[in-house]
Parts: sequence; C-alpha cells; structure tokens
Amino acid sequence: MNLNEIMVSETSGETVEETRVAPIENPVLKLMRKDRMPHIWCPGCGIGTAVNCLSRALDSSGLDLDKVSIVSGIGCSGRVAGYMDLDSFHTTHGRAIPFATGLLLSNPELKVIVFSGDGDLFAIGGNHFLHAARRNQDMLVVCVNNYTYGMTGGQVAPTTPLKSTQSTMPYGNFEEPLNLPQLAEAAGATYVARWTVFHVRQLVKAIKEGLEHKGFAFIEILSPCPTLYLRRNKLGDGVDQVRYFKEHSVLKNGAETREVALKAACPISVGKFVERQAPCWTDVRNAQLSAALGERFASSGGKHGGN
Amino acid sequence: MVDDSANVRVGKGTVFVKAEICKGCAYCIEFCPADCLRFSRNYNAKGYHYPVLARPELCVGCNTCGQFCPDFAIFGMRYKDIDALKAERDEPASRSGDEAQGGKS
Amino acid sequence: MKASPEGVLTGVHFIDGDHAACEGALAAGCRFVSGYPITPSTEIVERFASRIPTVGGMFIQMEDELASSIAILGAAWGGRKVMTVTSGPGLSLMMEHIGLAVITEVPCVIVDVQRGGPSTGLPTLPGQADMMQVKWGSHGDYEIIALAPSSPQECFDLMIKAFNMAETWRCPVFFMMDEAVGHMVERVEIPPADQIEVVERRWTKKAPADYLPYEPGPDLVPDMVKAGDGYHIHITGLTHDERGYPALNCAAQDKLVRRLSDKILKNADKMVDVREDGCDDADIIVISYGITSRVADEAVEEARARGLKVGSARLVVCWPFPDSVIERFARTAKAIVVPELNLGQMVREVRRVVSGVPVFGVDHAGGAVHEPERILEVIMQAASEAGLENGGRS
Repeated sequence: MNLNEIMVSETSGETVEETRVAPIENPVLKLMRKDRMPHIWCPGCGIGTAVNCLSRALDSSGLDLDKVSIVSGIGCSGRVAGYMDLDSFHTTHGRAIPFATGLLLSNPELKVIVFSGDGDLFAIGGNHFLHAARRNQDMLVVCVNNYTYGMTGGQVAPTTPLKSTQSTMPYGNFEEPLNLPQLAEAAGATYVARWTVFHVRQLVKAIKEGLEHKGFAFIEILSPCPTLYLRRNKLGDGVDQVRYFKEHSVLKNGAETREVALKAACPISVGKFVERQAPCWTDVRNAQLSAALGERFASSGGKHGGN
Repeated sequence: MVDDSANVRVGKGTVFVKAEICKGCAYCIEFCPADCLRFSRNYNAKGYHYPVLARPELCVGCNTCGQFCPDFAIFGMRYKDIDALKAERDEPASRSGDEAQGGKS
Repeated sequence: MKASPEGVLTGVHFIDGDHAACEGALAAGCRFVSGYPITPSTEIVERFASRIPTVGGMFIQMEDELASSIAILGAAWGGRKVMTVTSGPGLSLMMEHIGLAVITEVPCVIVDVQRGGPSTGLPTLPGQADMMQVKWGSHGDYEIIALAPSSPQECFDLMIKAFNMAETWRCPVFFMMDEAVGHMVERVEIPPADQIEVVERRWTKKAPADYLPYEPGPDLVPDMVKAGDGYHIHITGLTHDERGYPALNCAAQDKLVRRLSDKILKNADKMVDVREDGCDDADIIVISYGITSRVADEAVEEARARGLKVGSARLVVCWPFPDSVIERFARTAKAIVVPELNLGQMVREVRRVVSGVPVFGVDHAGGAVHEPERILEVIMQAASEAGLENGGRS
C-alpha cells in the first residue's frame, strides 16, 4: 500500500486540479494481482465491473481466501483468473467446469468459483455445464454474458440476440439464443440468478449467496462488449448499454425461468429466480456409499499427494 | 490572507482517482447518485479523459463510483472514515500544499 | 517411500490386465480417477469405482473424455495422484488436455488400452496404432513419457513405475496397453505394501513469498504445490514465465518450450528401460513392445533353434525413444526387425536412429496379434539379405 500515491481528485471552479494522497489504496485491489494491473479489458467493458463485485463479495464473505480457488475458461471473461490473487486456473476453452469438478472433489476444503463467458460456458462448454448442474456439484458458476465471443473479434454466440450482427452472422443473427437461467434450472442448478453490471450492489449480495450456497449456483451477469457487440450493432458505448440495463431491468425474484428469456424491446428480468436446498453430489455420494458399505466406507478426504 | 483551500472540506466525502489507469468509460460519472463527477478537460498518457470531482460539495463518499469502476481507478470515502483512519495511524499531518490531506472542516 | 497399505491388494490373483492396471494404480497411491466408458478399457474404471470407496479416494464418471482428461488436472492441483483411462477414440478427444498437462506440468497417468483404429475401428480387438499419436497428437512441440506393458503382471508393476515417473518429472505419462494385454487373464502377484516403492510429489519447501510455480530445479523440474495452501498460484495454458503469468513473446516461448522438451530429452538416459536378451552378440535384433513382444519371443526362439544369433529387445519405456540403446544395437547387429500391431510406427523411430543397418518392419493393420510364423519369416528374410546362412556366421 503506497500511501504516498498521488491521486487527482478535485477541481475548483477555475478547473484547477488538486492532487491528494489517499489514506488507503482502492479496497478492491486487495484481491487483485497488482503486479498484473492494468488489465486488458476494453474501456467500458463490463467484465471489470463484474470482477469489482466479485472482489468486494469475497472480501466481505468471511471465507478463508487461501481456500478459495477460481477457475476460468478462454475468452475475455476467462482472463479473470489471471488477475485475482487467489489460487487461479486458466484452463481450456469450455472446460473450466470439469477442471473445477476435479479440484473440488479432490479437496473438500476448497471453495471453487468458475468465472467465464457465455460462449465458453454454453457453446463449447454446454455439456459440462449441464452435467455439473445435474449433479448439483458444489460450485459457484458466474457467467459474464456479453452476447458475443469478444476475445476472438466478435463472433455470434449462443446468447446473441436475434437480428443483431456479428462477424460470423454478418447479415443478422437468425439463431434463437439460449435462455440461460431456464437452462440452468432445467439441468438441476439449485441457485439461479441474473443481474446486470448495473446492479453492482445486488451482485455483491448474489455472489455471497452463491458462495454460501451448498450445491450448484449459477449467476448470469449481463455485460456490455463495447468494442465488438455494441459497436457493430451501433448501440453506443459501454455506459449506454449499462444505462439501458438500468432503465429496462425489472426485478422479478422467484420468476419462472421460462419467462425470463431476453427478447428485443422487452424488459430484462433480473433477480434471484431459483434457490432451493438439495444435497450436493459429494454429500449424496458419501451418504449412498456409507449406506451401502457401512464401516468399510473410507471417505474421499485424504492426505495430500494421494498417499 | 492564508490560502487554506487545500484544507477546506465542502462535502461529506471525496474521491480518489488514479488518472493514469482510467479508461474514460464514464460509468462513475453516469451513475454517481449525487451527479458530482465530470470528465476532466485533461487527459492521461493513453489519451483518456478521467473523472474529477466537479461539485465536491455534493460528494458524500458513498463509493458508488468505486463499485462500478471496471478499472479500479476511482473510489470514494467518507471524511469520517478518512479521519478515523488517520487517527488510528496517528500521523502527524503535513501542511505543505501538494501532500496535505484536507484538514478538519 | 513405501506404498500406503490400504491401496495394496497383497496376494496372488488371477486377473486380466485391466484389473491388474487398476490395482497398480491403487498401489501407486492413485486416489482420483475420472473416466468415461470405452472398450476395451472400461474394466479399469469399473474396478476402480468399486474399490476406491473402501480404499479412500474419489471416482467420478464424467460426461465425456474431454471432461475426464481435465478433471484429473484439477484433482492433481488439489493434491491427488490422478489417472484417466481410455482407448483410441477417447485419446483423440483428450488431445487438447494433454497439451495443457504438458505446459502446466501436471503429474498424471493416462491409460490407453489400444484397439483397432482409426475411428471406431475394432473396439474389442487389439492394436498398437496409437504410439505416434500419443507423442505427436496434441498441437505444438512437446515430449511425453510412455510405457508399454506386455502382461497383466506388468500392468500392475509398470503402473507403479508410471506414477512414479509422473511425479518425478512432473508430466503426463502414458500407459500404452492394448486389448490383448488388457483382457488376458494371468497370474498377478501383488507384494506387501512395504515392498512397493512410490515416489512422493515434489512438494516445495519454499514459503509462498519465495515460491515460483515454474522455477525449475537443476533437473529442469519445478517443485509443486497444491491449491488451498496459501500459495495463490496462477496456472495457465498460455505460454508463461516462472511466476506462471502469461508471457506472450518469443523469448518466453523459447525458454518455456525448450525447457519442457529438455526436461524429458535431457533426462532420457534416466528413463531408459529396454529389456534385452542376447542382443550383445546378436546378428539380428528384434525390437518390439507390448503384446507383440510375447509373440516375437516365440519367433526369436524358433530362429535361434535354426541356428541364428537373434537378440530380442523389448521397449518398456517407448517414449522418450531410447536412442542410445538402438544406436548400440546398430553398431553390432546386421539387421533389425520391428514387429508391431500397426502399419509401421515405432519402426520409424528405429530407422531415424539407425543408419547403415537394414531395418525390417513387420506390420499388421490390427485386430489380432501377429502369427509368430510371420515374424519368423521376416527374421529369416533379414538373415538371408544380410548374407547370414542358417547355422550362423562362420
């Protein structure tokens, strides 16, 4: 913490800017790898805001951060793992969830977060999402949905709205996008929420709930991709999209997920749609094997190194 | 007459901006509940305008700006909390211009 | 250190290679397996699924081989010794994660019980046609270690060696079985745990502030940690520096990729395992591996009975290829014969190393083991072309 960092903060009527010393550094930076700042995300990219929320949620969660691991896939959202000062894993495209499964099953003390993008989690990674949700694996999956594949230059994704243009749908997307909360609930997720990067306070709360939730928790975060999605579709800057989120979001806690699909010129349903308690995969497994084997059952928790 | 403008507080809180890392996205300006931020006329080495506290008297240090910022370039604090921190550290307050924290209002 | 007794099924068993391989993994300390059913390997995971709940560990059948091959990497970072099991089509699906395991230097064992290929091929019949795939199948430049057992007993013994090599060299190790070895039932003797040596993971002794995940030791291998111990590691498949941070430039690429290759190639002399019989003064040397060695032995015996000086060399460690051993053979042998259950894969490596000595492949498209007569035929042809009369040289 460099207390002597000079920061510009005030301006008087004569547009004279004053520099002041902040008493502390930005508290959000506590969980970031400062030696890797600044990050690569574009001006107005919502991923930074989502990470801001994640950082503040973790900071106030009371969790032992040494035991929190973050796993991401490939893409702009996938870069999050590289910036968080946690045990972090930047894996292959679409496969963050099975990696996270192996990680959490190998060490029950770990709290595992998967943080990735819509294409990574639902196109190439769709099958893995399906089965981890079905199994109610004890992990939090955060999906930053910017309706595109940003890192590779803005191709159509399974979440791209109808009629919008992306580089591989140059004449307008004609594929129906997925309704992610509905898919998550149908697959078996036991906590499902959607917010946007406008909802910075609600997101911190939702992430904390997701972290505390025992079982498969899924949070969709709608986010602008100014450089590719917004620019190609002439939707303005990141701030314009976030303002749109603010003006068109409607709080619908407990809504039926089949009714929260994102449709043009319709309100955006946000809120916590699903929250139910069901034993996670590990607990069911242990109970079943214990019942079948009695005293012969040796639980999976073990010494490290696999003996 | 002593120019004590550096020591005068006008609002309940203030913001700190790292101008060099700001990318000029305007989230903080747009969503500040008190509408007290504006873009500076200056820009940083990357060519982005960064926010300044144009109406410091309205800032309450709610840190909404800091909660939005995708680049972690801005955050707000209440003077109450700034003072409490300084009291904890028992820092002798320097009175020279550029380095002084604003004094008691 | 000694094997942990709860995983060691001491005793004399009459089991097939798949089952023996499972016991080998358990004895070696493997406590996490993720897999997906595929003939002829499925029995390995089936046995593991029923054994691990009483040994203490984890088995999960994942939704496909892509998931299985990366779940083991996650579990390795959680601190476990890990394995996945597949056959040709599944190995093809695992290619990307082989690259990830190599570049992130994760100790793991990947079992390929080879069958007829390509594509769906001959699911229930043997082949040895994945030998090159396992070395070259993933994109980019990389080296791997591969072992080939030739009996159920070896499926047990060499599996322990495979895990030990994975931990020593912090890399993926391939266990190249085949359907014949996997499904043949033979006597397998499992010793007491205190007679089994296992290699512990190279846990770092450094504190988090000093530890760099990819800082190599003098043997080019970095020490390892596991998630949850406060090291806050960053592990990425991107080209990275010693801190583990992405470093996307030529200098970092050169440094990393060369070290990863050197880690195997410069230590290859410590990995050599070729079982030789009568090669020192042989005129003809038969080089084989896996199930084919069992057949080749019969051909070699018959050729010797006919008066030829024939040596047999069985590759136990097939990758890294034992250049030094084959070069030695080439200095004294007049011909080399390489039977394998494919259209010529490891024979290419032999030809690469050997010059001036004729090399005869004995190929087979797969689906059954060679007839010993066929191998003998080629041995005799090699002898004849080398000017060796029946009865040996004068």
